[in-house]
Amino acid sequence: MVKYMLPRERKRQQYLTERERFFAELPKLSRRDFFKTAAKAAAVATAYWKGFPPHSFQLVRVAEARETQPKFTFAYISDTHILDKGLNHRFVKACQKAVEDVNALDPQPDFVLFGGDLAQLGKAEELSIGKQLLDQLKAPVRMMVGEHDWYLDMGEKWQEMFGKPTYSFDHKGVHFVVLNSVIVEDYWTEPKMTPMERMLAMAQLDNPNGRPFMVGEEQRDWLRKDLAQVDKKTPVVIFSHSPLYKYYRPWNFWTEDAEEVHKILAPFEVVTVIHAHTHQVLTHRLRNITFHGVLSTAWPWPYAPRGIPELTVQMVRADPFNQFDGCGWGSVAMRSDGQADKHYVLWDRNPMTVTFDHVRRGKEGMAEFAKPLHGKVDWPSY
Amino acid sequence: MINRRVGLVVVAIGAMYAPLFSCPASAQEPGRHELPPPPDGRSKVIGLCDGQTTVVVPGLAPGERMSPGQAREVAEELMRQYQGKTLLAHGGAGHTERETRVWEAELKRTIDEGYKLFHSPELGTNGISCDMCHPDASNTHPETYPKFQTQLKRIALLRDMINWCIENPMEGPRLADDDEKMKALEAYILSTRKGVPLAPGKH
Repeated sequence: MVKYMLPRERKRQQYLTERERFFAELPKLSRRDFFKTAAKAAAVATAYWKGFPPHSFQLVRVAEARETQPKFTFAYISDTHILDKGLNHRFVKACQKAVEDVNALDPQPDFVLFGGDLAQLGKAEELSIGKQLLDQLKAPVRMMVGEHDWYLDMGEKWQEMFGKPTYSFDHKGVHFVVLNSVIVEDYWTEPKMTPMERMLAMAQLDNPNGRPFMVGEEQRDWLRKDLAQVDKKTPVVIFSHSPLYKYYRPWNFWTEDAEEVHKILAPFEVVTVIHAHTHQVLTHRLRNITFHGVLSTAWPWPYAPRGIPELTVQMVRADPFNQFDGCGWGSVAMRSDGQADKHYVLWDRNPMTVTFDHVRRGKEGMAEFAKPLHGKVDWPSY
Repeated sequence: MINRRVGLVVVAIGAMYAPLFSCPASAQEPGRHELPPPPDGRSKVIGLCDGQTTVVVPGLAPGERMSPGQAREVAEELMRQYQGKTLLAHGGAGHTERETRVWEAELKRTIDEGYKLFHSPELGTNGISCDMCHPDASNTHPETYPKFQTQLKRIALLRDMINWCIENPMEGPRLADDDEKMKALEAYILSTRKGVPLAPGKH
């Protein structure tokens, strides 16, 4: 049985494993690919000895198959939950860390998706600190709204700062849609809740009186019209704050009208949904749609007691004594076949790359993915 | 019920090894056993903590101790007699509905207070609350305490971890072990794990 290793030792072990695998695969490459790969490998090795995490070997392997060559990448930062408690607050530091990590990427991603929940209680001060942090990003930022940004003033301040929460754009042959999936039925007017009471009720994940998130009829109509102009062969990527499927309703890891949205997406050959809100690694596939969760910079949520999609290879339980464990950011590599390879940068842990090749092969593919990652390691529990 | 039984045995055996206590009639305290006088100078009367059951041990000089084997026999005899009687707690009747209601209401009050604290940033100073990482008190696994908490490098109780969270992620002042707030937090956390088997030391 493999014993628990220090992060430093784990990184070294991973480097050695990946190097071995890399050399095993070398004979399969053409002469031209070999030189390209060798140059990259040299760069990776240099980076390793300077102390960078050695995960770039995986990208080299992707280059082997032409149809899966990444066309472009975008990064994501999400669920920063900034509080109005000064710039030394731990959540500000965590967001800053993600911003610096993304800015250090070379090459830079084409854009950065912000996944929502920039603020904790929707306050103007919180949103403004968050905006200042994200303004440092070198790459352009695409904003998505979360319930923590919305329910103090029903999105007034957020929209003033960032514009409409629902929009679409085309980028290098991919159609991107950003939704506001955190709409809930009004349960605050009748009991005459104050705006802050409403915000606190929405901010409580395990609120037994909460209502399920939905995209809503208005946005579904908009989505239908927006997609009517898009060729069915065009890859579509949907960004939603809540998971665009039904995972665990008591914590609102849920979208009530998910099936109706799936129906609108059904005619498209390749659809990827990137969702925030759950603060954890999640992988799901329903017919033509692949779903990926994203990490929070602030804290990891535990996996729900039931409903976890069966393709999900869970991230290892975080050590509460390490603020950054179980948190992080990530990136998505859009491939020439329109599918997405999802990369999770878990701070102080091995990174995880859920490629579409793993997802396509279902549970078997994901089990193969999990083996070198979790293996028979004697993980500590906290 | 189980606790009461364990208590009985412990008290009974404890009393046998210690020089047997005698109760001056003047110092009557609630729950104190008034022992009848021994029938003769070479006997001892040993009482059970129910305040009623007694056994006379003959052939024992004053100050003389019983052998462990003899003490065990006496303990067994006391228990045999005790169990043969009607349960004396609650006067032999079950709990009344009113009692049950009061107890449940009192417990609920404490659990609700714990729920409120758990879902509020008032224990800390930086706006963070327990439920942000532990919805429905998940990942608190109170049933695994006490255990060796590797990060603290010592045995920890649930309350030690509650205080760790208050002092670190929440940046608040630690609570005293007997603070009503600590009791309420423990009550709420434990109430979410009702029916889960205890597994102290589990990692």
